[in-house]
This record gives sequence, C-alpha cells and structure tokens, in this order.
Amino acid sequence: MSRTALLILADGRFPAGGHAHSGGMEAAVASGGVHDTASLEAFCRGRLHTAGLTAAGLAAAAATGYDALALDDAADTRTPAPALRRVARRLGRQMMRAARATWPCAGLDHLARHRPQGPHQPVVLGVAARAAGLTALDAAHAAVYESVGGPATAAVRLLSLDPFEATAVLARLADDLDAVAAAASDAAGRVAVEGVTVLPAASAPLLDITGEQHAAWAVRLFAS
Amino acid sequence: MHLDHPVTLPQRHTYSADPRHPDGSHRALRIGFGGPVGSGKTATVAALCRTLRDRLSIAVVTNDIYTQEDAAFLRREAVLPPERIAAVETGACPHTAIRDDISANLEAVEQLEQALEPLDLILIESGGDNLTATFSRGLVDHQVFVIDVAAGDDIPRKGGPGITTADLLVVNKTDLAPYVGVDLDAMAADSRRQRKDLPFVFTSLTAADGVRPVADWVTECLAARHPGATR
Amino acid sequence: MRDAAPPPALHPVVPHADGPAHPAGVRAAARLRATHNGRATTVPLLHSDGPFHLRRLRPRGERARVCVLGAMSAPLGGDRLALDITAEARTRLEVTTAAATIALRGPTADPATYDVRLTAGEDASLRWLPQPLISTRGSTVHQTYRVELAGSSRLLLREEQLLGRTAEPPGRLSTRLTVRRDGRPILDQHTVYGAPTPAWDGPAVLGGHRATGQLLLVGPGLEAPPEPVLLGDPAGGHCVLVPLADGPALLATAVAPTPARLRRLLDEALARVPGAET
Repeated sequence: MSRTALLILADGRFPAGGHAHSGGMEAAVASGGVHDTASLEAFCRGRLHTAGLTAAGLAAAAATGYDALALDDAADTRTPAPALRRVARRLGRQMMRAARATWPCAGLDHLARHRPQGPHQPVVLGVAARAAGLTALDAAHAAVYESVGGPATAAVRLLSLDPFEATAVLARLADDLDAVAAAASDAAGRVAVEGVTVLPAASAPLLDITGEQHAAWAVRLFAS
Repeated sequence: MHLDHPVTLPQRHTYSADPRHPDGSHRALRIGFGGPVGSGKTATVAALCRTLRDRLSIAVVTNDIYTQEDAAFLRREAVLPPERIAAVETGACPHTAIRDDISANLEAVEQLEQALEPLDLILIESGGDNLTATFSRGLVDHQVFVIDVAAGDDIPRKGGPGITTADLLVVNKTDLAPYVGVDLDAMAADSRRQRKDLPFVFTSLTAADGVRPVADWVTECLAARHPGATR
Repeated sequence: MRDAAPPPALHPVVPHADGPAHPAGVRAAARLRATHNGRATTVPLLHSDGPFHLRRLRPRGERARVCVLGAMSAPLGGDRLALDITAEARTRLEVTTAAATIALRGPTADPATYDVRLTAGEDASLRWLPQPLISTRGSTVHQTYRVELAGSSRLLLREEQLLGRTAEPPGRLSTRLTVRRDGRPILDQHTVYGAPTPAWDGPAVLGGHRATGQLLLVGPGLEAPPEPVLLGDPAGGHCVLVPLADGPALLATAVAPTPARLRRLLDEALARVPGAET
C-alpha cells in the first residue's frame, strides 16, 4: 500500500465536493443540537458509529474488489432517506470525476458506465482506493475519517468554533475511528463468502429525519 | 415505482473544461463572474441574459453563499426560464467551489448542457468573495471580475488576482461616482497599470443598454472561439 | 460495537419477581400461519410457546386477527425468543400484542435474542402492529426482524421502542431489520441504543429523545406522497415519511420524547399515505 495515496484520498482538499456538505451538521446546528465542542464531539461520535460505519463497510468491500454494482444496491437498501441517497449519488459522481483523473482504471470506468447518475459515494471511494493500490482497511479509514471530518469542518464555519478545539475533537475520536474502520474492514473480508448482508447497516434516525428536513430548506449554506 | 432515478445522465469522461465534447463538437462557452459582495455580479448576469437571450442559448449557474438567493432573484426577474438556472451550494466557502474543488460546479454545468443541448453560453456566477477569488481554468474558459465604484476608487490600485488576471475587469455603478467622490479617470489609470494589456470596461446598469460593453466582449469571446460560424 | 462482550454479571442468579426463575433463559419459538380456504382467511396454525400466548381475535371484515399475550415476563437476559408469522397467499392477517413488551435484565446479564420473522405470500396482506418494546435498565436485547414479501403482497409494520421507563436509563437494545421483496433486499437497517453504545442519545442519533419508531408500508397500489412528509419539530418529536429506493415502499421514521407523541407522529404519517388501508 502507498501511505501517500491514502493521504491524498482522505485529504479534505481532494476535489470531490465534500467541502459543500456538512453531513447533517447544518441541521443539527439549526436545531440547537450542536452548539459547542462537547455537542460537536457527541454528534461526530454518533455519526461515526452509524452512518460512518455503514459507509466504511461499503467502501472497504468495494476496495476488496467485490461487485461494486451489488454494493451500490446494498447502499440503497441502507439509505432509506431519498435526500441522503441523492446526496450520496451526487457526491459519488463528483468523487468519480476526481478519482478517474487521479487514478484512472477500468474498475472506475465500469462503475461509471453502469451508474451514470452516480454511484453511492462510499462505493466510489472503495473502488478508487483499490485503484490507488490501497487496502480495504485503508478505504475504511478514509470513509470513517470523512464521516466526522466533514461535520467538524462545517461546525467550525457554522458556529465559529475554535478550529483548534474542533481538530482536538477529531484527535480524541482516533481510537473510535480505528475501531470502526477495523470492524468495517473485517466485515468486508467476509463479503465475498457471505454476501452484502454481512456488511454493517448501522443507522441513526435523526440523520435520516434531519437530512430530509434540510433538503427542504429554501436557504442553506451546505448541500447536505 | 423506482423513484430515485427519473433522469439518466451520461457519465462524462471529462473532468475539466475540455472545450470539445468527445465527439469533437464544441461545448458551450463558460464564463465565470466573480467579485466582491454587492458589486453587481447578479445584476450584470441578469442584464447579459436579457441582452443576449434572443440571439444565444444561455444557462446560468449561481454560487451564492445563500445558495438559492441569486438563483431565486434571476428566476423572479424572469431573465431566463427556471430550467436554465442552477444553484450550487458552497458550504460557506464560495472561492473553494470555483477554484479548489470545482466538481459541484462542473456537475451543474454538465447537467445544464445535457438538459438544454445545444447551449451557446453558460454564465457561472461566484458567491460574493474577496479580491483574491478567481475561477479555476478547469471550470471556465474566461472570467470576468466585477467591482464597483462605491467600494472606493482604490480597489484597482490594491490589485489582487481578481483585478490583475481576470480576462475582463468590470467597474460597475459608474453612475454613483459623483455621489461617492470617486475619480473615474484615476480608476481607469490604476486599472490599466494593474492589468497591462487586459481589457476593462466601465458600466452603469441603470442606464439603457448599460451592460453593452460586457455583452460586446462576450460576443467577441464567442466569435473568437468559432471563427466564421455562429456554432 | 454490537458484538462487544457484555459486562460481567454482578449478581449471577437473581430470580425476577415478575416471572419464574430461568437461569439458563427461556427458549421459545411461537408460530402462526394464516391460510386462505377459498372463501376467507383462517388461522389453522397457532402455536403458543414460552412467553408467547397466541389468541385469535374476532376478524375485522375479511381480516383475520391474532393477538400475542405475554404469558410470562420476557425477554429476560439469556432468553432466546422467536416469533414466526406467515400470511399465505391471498390472506388478510393482522397481528398485535396485548401489552408493551418489557425487556428486563433477568437472572443473568447475558443478552436476550428476540427474532421476529414475517412472511407474506402472493396477494397477501400482513400487518404487524405490536405495542412498544421497552428497554429497561440492565437489559440487553438483540432483536431481529426478517421480513420476506412476495411481489404482490402488502405489508404494514410498526415498531416502537421506548428507551428506559420514566427517569431510568435504558438497557441495550439492538435491532436489525431486513426486508426482502421478491427475494431482493429493499431495506437493511441496524440500530443500537443504550450504554455502552457510543453517543446513542447524542445529536446525530436520537437527540435526547427516548422514544423512537418506524412504520413501513410495502406493496402494489401504494402511492408515495409527492414530497417527503415532514412532521413535528425537534423539541416535541419529529418524523419523516419517505419512499425507499426500490419500491413501492414507504418508511416513516420518528423520534419523540414520549411513546404517546411517537404514536401520534406515526399515525399522522400513515394518514398521509394515499390509498393506505388504515
């Protein structure tokens, strides 16, 4: 594996559209659910162990070379909120664009051809990781880091939080991130034999509820 | 009922502003409009649409920080049918969306191209930002930087990438110059000094056909792209 | 993580006052099957077991009805409970529970499992409308719903969870819901609430609410409302009703401060579904 490739893929500056998405943070800030560093940490921890785990499982499975189209269907069944499916596919298209420019490969071309409206982003992430020579665990790490990094950055912008404190929150989550990535990667290691049902399907009711509410806002800073 | 995918879009193979489609035909010309908050970007885009829409097939992408606001303004003013206006959220970072990570804007541009084929011109309006915000060459063919006299006549002197490198500098609201004590000649001299050979124009959108200098420049850009033909 | 080892039992065997002591846990598999005899739905198989006492209720219209009565306190730690409900082709069946299901710690801190299997044949209509499951302090329950639907069948499923009784922290409640239609998965969801689950009541998951639930409708003739239905507000409880990717299927998801408020939100969501039989 190339450690550098992982850094490129997981970098918030990787031009795949993530900067305009708050991962539910904008809605959580609006409702008062997140208002300081402690509530930011609780939000990130909750998102990590639900949506983050599920995304990491899909990404890790895709990085093993498992059928990406089957994983895309599995992502649909794990994403009941249509607003979040639209977001995942839009981000998938954007990541596809960046990944094909960065690590061109037949796997990405195949997925793009069969999901022209955009595959779910974690699936693209996993296929891109594989194209970059990364492992399933690497892909899971990139996915879990993104699942909390996006909301933390958004909180800094939305609440004018101290960016040092927000970064410290991410550092405090490091053990959780490692554990969730490992669990996702373990599940992905069984997918070839046991099928997609073995992949995590962890969900958070509020992320689904507020995801739909946010999509209906007339004025918003973030796309999700 | 399979509700998610009512339209299918082709997965483009381009990932930046390649001027030609894979089949060799020209795609629409993309022009970015940047500049500080309140300088008249939206008003300029609206006036351009009104002036050019009878001759050209036009679409607009807005990037306002309050994402829907500019798009809503353009729709309310009925400068273009609503399907020709798309809005992109920028996550409170307008310059990121036009420079560092252009993927959302490229998606919006390509979806408009796909839905409205053939398009001649796509105007991409940045959210109001500071003097350093410029468009990526991966997103636009040309960029226009819009400032206004009311913000002070020292703006061109200050420079910054927007002032010095934009393909066209628009100094807007010249009608206000007498009221804010601005010396237009000095602004012109500073602009010339900062921009060397690059063009700049003065506009007053309150005047009849006030956007004409910008419209003429856009028309020249289109003509230079397709010498001897309209498409 | 779901599969983390449970905390060691402080009091290895403590018979619970509400029911008989069963240190090894109860193993029970109740089954019921509805069939169509050419004229009406009948319920020829009604196999009560362990805590599940199944009783026929008076049919309502052409719909046969069965109620699950709790014959003993369950689930307790270590219990292995299964409930298998089949609505064969062309049947109309509704299954309810008489009272809330209360998950208690029981004599051991072992997890209890509670597996519900719902199967609907061609042109069948199955409703599973139990009272809420209440997770009490010290309990651990792994609940699974496995739903298998024929393509022309219809389903109305409601599940409600109350996390802790009044002023009590909940135990640990994990629920995996998988729904397949014509063999294709259409919904796969796993929720885990209660300590030591990280941030389970935080602002991304339940936002401090103690009641959560879902309503799932599947089947031909189901129309999605033109826009997602948004109900309630963050303080008083809120709910969305949305179409799944592979329909026709609609899912309402709600969180609320109280079970009464939760039920009201889910009822309101159901009332917004055009053509839903209520």
